[in-house]
Amino acid sequence: MTVTEDRSGAEVGRDRRRKEDSRLITGRTMWTENISLPGMLHLAILRSPMAHARITHIDVGPARELPGVVEAIAGRDIADIQGSLPCAWPVTEEMILPDYPPLAVDEVRHAGEPVAVVAARDRVSAIDALEAIEVDYEPLPAVLDMEAALADGADLVHSGHGTNKCFSWILDSAEAGTGDDVGRAEADAEVVIKRRYLQQRLIPAFMEPRSVVVDPTGEQITMWSATQIPHILRLMLAMATGVAEHKIRVIAPDVGGGFGGKLQVTPEEFIAFAAARRFGRPVKYVESRSESMLSAHHGRDQIQDITLCAKRDGTVTGLSVKLLANMGAYLGIVTPGVPLLGAFMYNAIYKFPAYRFDCTGVFTNTTKTDAYRGAGRPEATFAIERTMDELAAELGMDPLEVRRRNWIGHDEFPFTTVAGLTYDSGNYEAATDKAMELFGYDALRREQDERRQSNDPVQLGIGVSTYTEMCGLAPSRVLGQLRYGAGGWETASVRMLPTGKVEVVTGTSPHGQGHETAWSQIVADELGVPFDDVEVLHGDTRTSHKGLDTYGSRSLAVGGIALVNACQKVVDKAKPIAAHLLECDPADLEFVNGQYQVKGSPGAAKTLGDCALAVFTSHDLPDGVEPNLDADATFDPGNFSYPHGTHLCATEVDTETGRVSIRSYVAVDDVGRVVNPMIVEGQVHGGIAQGIGQALFEEAVYDADGNLLTGTFVDYLLPGSPDLPDFVTARTETPATDHPLGAKGVGEAGTIASTPAVVNAVVDALRPLGVSDVRMPCTPERVWQAIRDARNGAHEGGERS
Amino acid sequence: MTHISMTVDGVRYDDDVEPRTLLVHHLRDRLGKVGTVVGCDTSNCGSCTVLMAGNSVKSCTVLAVQADGSDVTTVEGLAGRDGSLHPVQRSFHETHALQCGYCTPGMIMAAVDLLAENPDPSDDEIREGLEGNLCRCTGYQNIVKAVREAGAAMRTSGQQVPPAKPAERPETAAQEVTT
Amino acid sequence: MIPAAFEYSRPTGIDDAVRALSEGGEDAKAMAGGQSLIPMLRLRLAVPSVVVDLAGITDLGGIRDDGDALVIGAMTTHDEVLNDELIKTHVPLIAQATATVADRQVRHRGTFGGSLAHADPAGDLPSVAAALDASFEIAGPAGRRTVPASEFFVDYLTSAVQPDEILVSIRVPKLGGWGSHYEKFSRVAQAWAMVGVAAAVRRDNGTIADARVALTNMGATPVRARAVEEALIGGPASADAVAAAAERAAEGAEPSSDVSASADYRSHLATVLTRRAVSAAGRL
Repeated sequence: MTVTEDRSGAEVGRDRRRKEDSRLITGRTMWTENISLPGMLHLAILRSPMAHARITHIDVGPARELPGVVEAIAGRDIADIQGSLPCAWPVTEEMILPDYPPLAVDEVRHAGEPVAVVAARDRVSAIDALEAIEVDYEPLPAVLDMEAALADGADLVHSGHGTNKCFSWILDSAEAGTGDDVGRAEADAEVVIKRRYLQQRLIPAFMEPRSVVVDPTGEQITMWSATQIPHILRLMLAMATGVAEHKIRVIAPDVGGGFGGKLQVTPEEFIAFAAARRFGRPVKYVESRSESMLSAHHGRDQIQDITLCAKRDGTVTGLSVKLLANMGAYLGIVTPGVPLLGAFMYNAIYKFPAYRFDCTGVFTNTTKTDAYRGAGRPEATFAIERTMDELAAELGMDPLEVRRRNWIGHDEFPFTTVAGLTYDSGNYEAATDKAMELFGYDALRREQDERRQSNDPVQLGIGVSTYTEMCGLAPSRVLGQLRYGAGGWETASVRMLPTGKVEVVTGTSPHGQGHETAWSQIVADELGVPFDDVEVLHGDTRTSHKGLDTYGSRSLAVGGIALVNACQKVVDKAKPIAAHLLECDPADLEFVNGQYQVKGSPGAAKTLGDCALAVFTSHDLPDGVEPNLDADATFDPGNFSYPHGTHLCATEVDTETGRVSIRSYVAVDDVGRVVNPMIVEGQVHGGIAQGIGQALFEEAVYDADGNLLTGTFVDYLLPGSPDLPDFVTARTETPATDHPLGAKGVGEAGTIASTPAVVNAVVDALRPLGVSDVRMPCTPERVWQAIRDARNGAHEGGERS
Repeated sequence: MTHISMTVDGVRYDDDVEPRTLLVHHLRDRLGKVGTVVGCDTSNCGSCTVLMAGNSVKSCTVLAVQADGSDVTTVEGLAGRDGSLHPVQRSFHETHALQCGYCTPGMIMAAVDLLAENPDPSDDEIREGLEGNLCRCTGYQNIVKAVREAGAAMRTSGQQVPPAKPAERPETAAQEVTT
Repeated sequence: MIPAAFEYSRPTGIDDAVRALSEGGEDAKAMAGGQSLIPMLRLRLAVPSVVVDLAGITDLGGIRDDGDALVIGAMTTHDEVLNDELIKTHVPLIAQATATVADRQVRHRGTFGGSLAHADPAGDLPSVAAALDASFEIAGPAGRRTVPASEFFVDYLTSAVQPDEILVSIRVPKLGGWGSHYEKFSRVAQAWAMVGVAAAVRRDNGTIADARVALTNMGATPVRARAVEEALIGGPASADAVAAAAERAAEGAEPSSDVSASADYRSHLATVLTRRAVSAAGRL
């Protein structure tokens, strides 16, 4: 294929307004909840009010007698067909993988676990009938604290397994041959910084609650679900329930956000699937927000013990991480793999010579954790970026200077890290310089000094976060090495219609990312067709039979490349046909701006559309040429994608009340080549907002009995518009070297970068008062408490040597 | 059952409803107005915002019986009959003020209400004015921009906000009676 | 979530409403704007047998000038309060606090009287009513009665309005010559007040002639910070005097510890916010 060098009017790189918007701004969106089918029954789910209990008696009979109710079932009624919910990432051979019945049968292990389901002619009757179901629970001790859960003689979440330890997993650079021994580094260190950081539990809180509709009446059982992963869902339904894969069709219609929270195969999907099969009628389940908070998986919830070894000049000599990761009560689709995604990121952008990561997964009687925007990488980035600031403080150096001493120079790429990854490209100097300029770093430092001198009750803090991440999940071979149950490729097909219009089928499954727009831009450039002549089809296993869906900032960096490759195949296939139409040798043709033209004589030309029509009629094709221009391509990345950037945050901290306000925020991100800058900026804005949410506002809290105290948006605080500042965003552009688009992932970058930038700024404001850490979220009370403790001489955030 | 009558997006509907029926469920389940969505059960998220007698309300926190006799405008009634977008809809599109779009109907209706009261709000006033609407995708920055630009466009064009009442739109006065 | 079933009535007169509530018995519930009640119905934290909607009673609306006081109809919406010239002129404290209540949508439906009768200690208006020494006219089967603010807020979510009574109007003395301020502290814009302080100060040149301070969310009911008032009244109108007085803000208060704040922190906030509110009210 001849890639045209002439990019005049190129779509890639343009701020194309989104195709998706017209239905979304007029209320003509197809949410799963909007779907209604003839004879459809509405489901309501009874959930456990207890964190841990044995079900000694359950009687759904009284519910069956109520008006409108068609059926009511408990776990044991469908034990034979409901299947066990799958975990696709058994991270070690020894890992404990407990049974996970969608409807609990004998025992409940977290508050909100489904125990019975009612099907009724309308939703109200179904909900009303829940109150008639009789359940007796025999309370069992609730296991909530991870460290207590690992102690000898601890009460058990899964008594049959004899331990609450799910797995342990170690990455050691000396053992792996990727670096030195961290024990030795610690013994030789001039400075050792030890810190404990708590990654609080978060709730993804996508705006569209999950819903599912199942129609069992056709040849295929069709499931519509508010999911990020229709393809994986179909496969898992087939594998877990025994229904043949080709007898299942899954559709993700318009999906209202996910952030990893809809990267799941859910009890509710399985319950609806089983219910529809059992009743032989379509069913629909729509969760309330309160149910979503309890039952949709949570994120983060890790305890990080960090040991950073360095020389007094700021050079880091080793890093050791001991991690406890809360699994919750069961393992979701990638629950145990989430901390592993962080394992490769603690060394971040730095040239650490020695590294050890030692992770233990722990069961507790809480809602399961799983992917939430960044999944493992925000936790890692937070810990290292906080610790680099602590090192700077210990050494009396500027935090940026400490980073400069240790980061990989732009002339050192490709660079193989102590964790064994090879970063293909990056320029940390350029992004940092640009960020400092936009931020007015020096002026803010001067103001900070003035406020410190004058004992201003409102102190100024400056927070730095220089991050990278591994995304574009993922090279299949690496996933295999990590024992993940699937590959990491992505697929795309291009269908040339007789009129020259194009249908594109993608295996990615957007839920707000704008793939319909961005993919159209790519195809328009590759095929030389107008942007509006491209239709992007996705999220239905009938049209898109193959794909690995959308998460891990993979859609463009993997799926986009598959699309480019499929387009190139189309261009190649049409070439002999164009040559035939032009009565010339294919070798004399070049493809320029959507036209095949004879090299040197651009006058005579045939468009791809001409070829498509010729193929449609097939009246006059060259001998032996198949009448088909369609093509598909599957791309398995050779490497991860490594976006990076520098985020700077200035906070004002009211030392009287503890309130933190963000005064300015600058983000310079390098996501390689950009298809649609407007969409990229939007992803960065939203990502930063979610990272700020973790830093300042959000926390899922359980009481001592395992009840979720933050079960609504009254108590689980999402930032609203007045709570966030304007962000200054800019980019540097260091293309990915691994594939023709040069693009890197962007979906998670903002979230990964912003949390440490904000917390570093909070701590920086308070450091002269003796504060060296504030636990997240940095609520006014915690800030106030940290100041008070420092004044009283109490230590916060671990020892310092 | 209680008999109620309301005009929604220019069409009058007469229905018997259970008193406990929320306005948003009446709109969605009975009238088929599924453009308005439910995002929470505590009146926090604002996804269900509609105009009632020209004022923004959270339709999940209004009983259908309370809306008896009211004139309700949903996101589906904002565009002109010829499909021409309301300036707020247009600016949401132009400034990339939506990603997944779930909060968008409520956000747009809240913005329409805000601009009706304050046609030239500052950014802070926009942020305060939208405090009842949560968005998880955008970080709000482009939403603020959209509202600012919509306000400017409406001031320039003299556009009426909220949209003309049904009585002033005789072509939409057709009655639809459901039971 | 969807409320449990209930009967509904929408009387047009006060007496009819009282009768409907009496007939409905213990489980009858009066509904004003419904902005607190409907979420409770949806979560089935409230399961009334009858909901008596007061929206049809025109006698419960309106704000009128009654000499040295304003009389605010219980069903006046927050939005109407915010746009009322009498309120802005004579008791701007109410307008300022009302602007912080929930959000625009809720303020379009929620009512002044409903917020007070609901008696949520985290609500902004109860402490304002307490600071203003408002009085409450209540209609019941035995006729009308008037209750002072000091007796109106009985306990958590419990006001003097009995299940078979309705709140008719609130009488608020005008604050001529006073300065006032409502200082609210919440974690995010749409959250309830962690602590709030309503302050009104009347200065006589260099001294504070009179002061009223009431606290939001520092106990099961709004709390008058009497110790602060005593310390302020007759003292100098100076920053130091205000700061010293504010140190006593939490005296006698019994704030709760919950998921959003500890009692200790609330007490600390009360002192800081009282200093700020009184300073702003006294233009110091």
